[in-house]
Amino acid sequence: MAKTSVSSPKNVERAEYFASGHRACQGCAEVLAVRLVLKALGKDTIVAMATGCMEIISSPLPLTSWKVPWIHNAFENPSAVISGCEAGMKAMMRKGKLPQKKINFVGMGGDGATADIGMGQLSGALERGHDMIYVCYDNEAYMNTGIQRSSCTPYGASTTTSPAGKKSIGQQTQKKNMVQIAVAHNIPYAATACPSFPFDLLDKVKRASEIEGPAYIHILSVCPTGWRIQPADAIKYGRLAVNSCVFPLYEVINGKYRITYKPSEKKLIPVSEYLNGQGRFRHLTDKEIEQIQAKVSHDYERILKLSEEG
Amino acid sequence: MGKVRKGVEVSIAIADAVTQANVDLIAAYPITPQTHIVEHLAEIVANGELDAEFIPVESEHSAMSVCCGSSAVGARTFTSTSSQGLALMSEIFFIAAAMRLPMVMALANRSLSSPLSIWNDHSDVMMVRDAGWIHIFVENGQETYDNIFCAFRMSEDPDVLLPVAVNLDGFILTHMIEPVEYEDDELIRQYLPEFKMKNTLHPDNPVSMGCFGMPEIYTETQMNREAGVRGSYPYILKAWGEWGKLTGRNYKPIETYRAEDAEYCIVTMGSYGGAAIEVVDTLRDEGEKVGAIKIRLWRPFPLDEFRKAALGKKYLIVIDRAISFGGPGGPVASELRSALYKKDGAPTMVNYVAGLAGRDVSPEDFRKIILEGRKKAQSGDTEGFTLYGLRG
Amino acid sequence: MAKPMDQITWQELEVGGVVIEIGNSVQYETGSWRSERPVVEKEKCIKCMFCWLYCPEACIHEAEEGHFEADLTYCKGCGICAAECPVKCITMISEEK
Repeated sequence: MAKTSVSSPKNVERAEYFASGHRACQGCAEVLAVRLVLKALGKDTIVAMATGCMEIISSPLPLTSWKVPWIHNAFENPSAVISGCEAGMKAMMRKGKLPQKKINFVGMGGDGATADIGMGQLSGALERGHDMIYVCYDNEAYMNTGIQRSSCTPYGASTTTSPAGKKSIGQQTQKKNMVQIAVAHNIPYAATACPSFPFDLLDKVKRASEIEGPAYIHILSVCPTGWRIQPADAIKYGRLAVNSCVFPLYEVINGKYRITYKPSEKKLIPVSEYLNGQGRFRHLTDKEIEQIQAKVSHDYERILKLSEEG
Repeated sequence: MGKVRKGVEVSIAIADAVTQANVDLIAAYPITPQTHIVEHLAEIVANGELDAEFIPVESEHSAMSVCCGSSAVGARTFTSTSSQGLALMSEIFFIAAAMRLPMVMALANRSLSSPLSIWNDHSDVMMVRDAGWIHIFVENGQETYDNIFCAFRMSEDPDVLLPVAVNLDGFILTHMIEPVEYEDDELIRQYLPEFKMKNTLHPDNPVSMGCFGMPEIYTETQMNREAGVRGSYPYILKAWGEWGKLTGRNYKPIETYRAEDAEYCIVTMGSYGGAAIEVVDTLRDEGEKVGAIKIRLWRPFPLDEFRKAALGKKYLIVIDRAISFGGPGGPVASELRSALYKKDGAPTMVNYVAGLAGRDVSPEDFRKIILEGRKKAQSGDTEGFTLYGLRG
Repeated sequence: MAKPMDQITWQELEVGGVVIEIGNSVQYETGSWRSERPVVEKEKCIKCMFCWLYCPEACIHEAEEGHFEADLTYCKGCGICAAECPVKCITMISEEK
C-alpha cells in the first residue's frame, strides 16, 4: 500500500462538515464518502451537486446537512455550475471585489449524473481547465429513482431497467471507464477511491485540492439498498471490490499511472467472492462469473502495466 | 470611454455596453444571430479592455449553468443566445429565475425549428414566457445599448434579484448599423452600483441553495417567486427613471404614439414599433384616427399601464410574431384579451401574426394590416388570428 | 430552529428558497429509524476510532469515560461500527428488548 499521510483515524480531521439528521439509507457508504471528502477539503470549500441520492437526502427544504456553501441547480450540470463559481470568484478576486482566498471548488454527482446525462458538461469543464475537483460517487445505478441502470452499472448486474431474465444477463454492457475518459482530457490529476480505504481516499482528495487545474476522483460507493446486501457489510464490500481487483485503487498524475493499493497475495480474492452475496448478481452462473473474472484480470493487468511504465 | 455618438452594429453596441458595465463573467456559446456579440466580447477580453472571465462553454445548457454558478458567488454575469440555444438551456433558464440569480441576457429573438430558421420572430421568447424572468423589448440600437445597463440595475437590485432578458430582433437589430449615443464611463459607474447580494456562496457565510421542495412547502416557494416577480415592478420603473434623469432617455413599460385621441390602435412588441409609428403618421395624414401602443415590458406584464392605453379605444389590431399552435390566438393577443376581459371600454381585438422567420413586413404591409384589421374588427371577424402574407 | 415544513408561510422563506441555517438537519432525529442499536463493552474499547471514522451518520462521539459510542438520537442501527470494530467490542442488539 502506498504510504498515506494519515494512517490512523486519530489523525483524521475531527470537524464535521456534513451534519447528522440526513436521510441516507442505513449503511450508505456514499454518504460516508461525502463526509470523508469534506473532511479532506475543509471549510473553505464550495460544492455544486447534481440531483441524486446525496442531494435529496441532504436538503429537504427547510433543512440542510451541508455546513459548507452548497448549490444544487439541476441533474446534469454540477460541472458547469462549479465552473461558473470558480471563474466568477476568480474574476472578483482578481478585480479586488473580494479578498484573495484559496477556495476548493468541487462538483459532485452520482454515476448517472456524471457518466450519462452530464458527460458533455464534464468534458467541457475538464477541457476548459478550471481549478476544480469533480467527484463522482459511483453506486453503479440511478439509485435515487429506484435502482435503474447507468453506463457505470457493471456487466451482469440486475437493475430495474436491466433486469436479469430468461433472455438477459442483466446489464449487457461493460462499465464505462470514467477515469480513462477524464485522463484523455489531459488533466493533471485523476484517481479512483473507496471509503473502505479511508486514508487512501483522504490523501487523494487532499492531493486533488492542492493541484492546480481540474481533478477527477471516481469513488466506488457501496449501496446496500441497491446492491442487495446487509447495511453492516457496506465497508466490507468496498474492500472485496478492491481486493478482487474489480475496482483497483490508483491515481494518474499528469498522465502517469500509479497503483496506490496492490492487494497482497494473502488479500487477493477471486471475483466470485465479491459477486456472491450481492443480490444484484445472484442470478449469475459459474460460467458467467468466469467471464467476468477474465475481464477483471485483464483490466487489472492493464492498470499494472501502465503503472510500471511510469 | 467618454460620451460619444457613433454608427455601430447593434451587436457591437451590446458588447461595448457589457464592457462599460464591468461584467465579471461572460458565458458564451455561438448561435446565429448572436455571434457578433460574443465574438466582440471575446476580442475585448483578449485585449484586456475588460477584466472578465470569458467562458467558452460546450453548449447553451452549460452557458446558463455557468451563469447560475457565477451569479451564485455574486459575480456580475452576462450571456446571450437565440432560438434553439434558448430551447436547449430552457431547463436551467427556469431554474435561474426560481433560484433568484441575477444576470442579464441579450436574447436575439429568432424563430424555433423545425424547419431550421436563423431569422427573426418571437417564437423563442414565447417558449419561456412563464419562466419568471423580467423581459424587456427594444426597438433600436439606442434602446438596446441603454437597456443593457438598465437590465443590470434591475436584476441586481436587492429588492428584485431576478434574471433579466433584453429582447432584440435577430438580424433586424443585431446586424443593423444604428446611431447610438454612448454614455461615458463615469455616468455608468454612477448608475450601476457594485453587485452585492445578501446570500452568496462563500465559505465565510455558508448557505445551501437549491434544496428540494416537498408538496408541503413547494406551493409557498412558488408564491414567494410570484411575489418577487410582481414586486419587481416599482424597481423596474425606478431603474428606468434613474436612467432617464441621467441621460434624458426615458423608458416606460407601455409606450404610446398618437394614441390618446386615437379611435383605434395597432399594438406591437419589438422592432415593429418603429415601423408602426411611420405608418401611423401616414394613415393620420389620410384622415385615419389611428395610434400605436408599444409593449416594452413583457414580464411582469404592465396591466394598469396597458389598460390605461387601451380602454376606451374602439379597436386594437395586435401583431404577434409567433403562433401558439392550437391556441385561441397569438401569445400576445391572448394575453391582451385576457388583460381586458370584462373591463369597461374594452376594445374589440383583431390578431395578426406577421413576419415569421424574418419575412419582410414593409410599411405597405403594415398599412394593409391596419386597414384590413380595422374592417375585420368592424364586422366582428375577431376569432383566432390571421397569418399575414400566407400563400395558399 | 427551522419551523416544521408544513407550517412555514411563503413570506418566511428566504428569497430563492436559500437555507441560511447551515447543518440544521440535526432537527430531524433519525434514531427513530433503527430496529437494532450498538452496545459497547467499554473496557474492551481500544479507542482506535475506526467506528467514528466509518459511521455514515457522523453520530459516534467520545464518551466521558473515554470510549466511543453512538448518539442514539441519530443512530440508524446500520451495524457498520460493530462490523468494523477491530476488537469486536460492539454488539448490535434488538430494540425490541
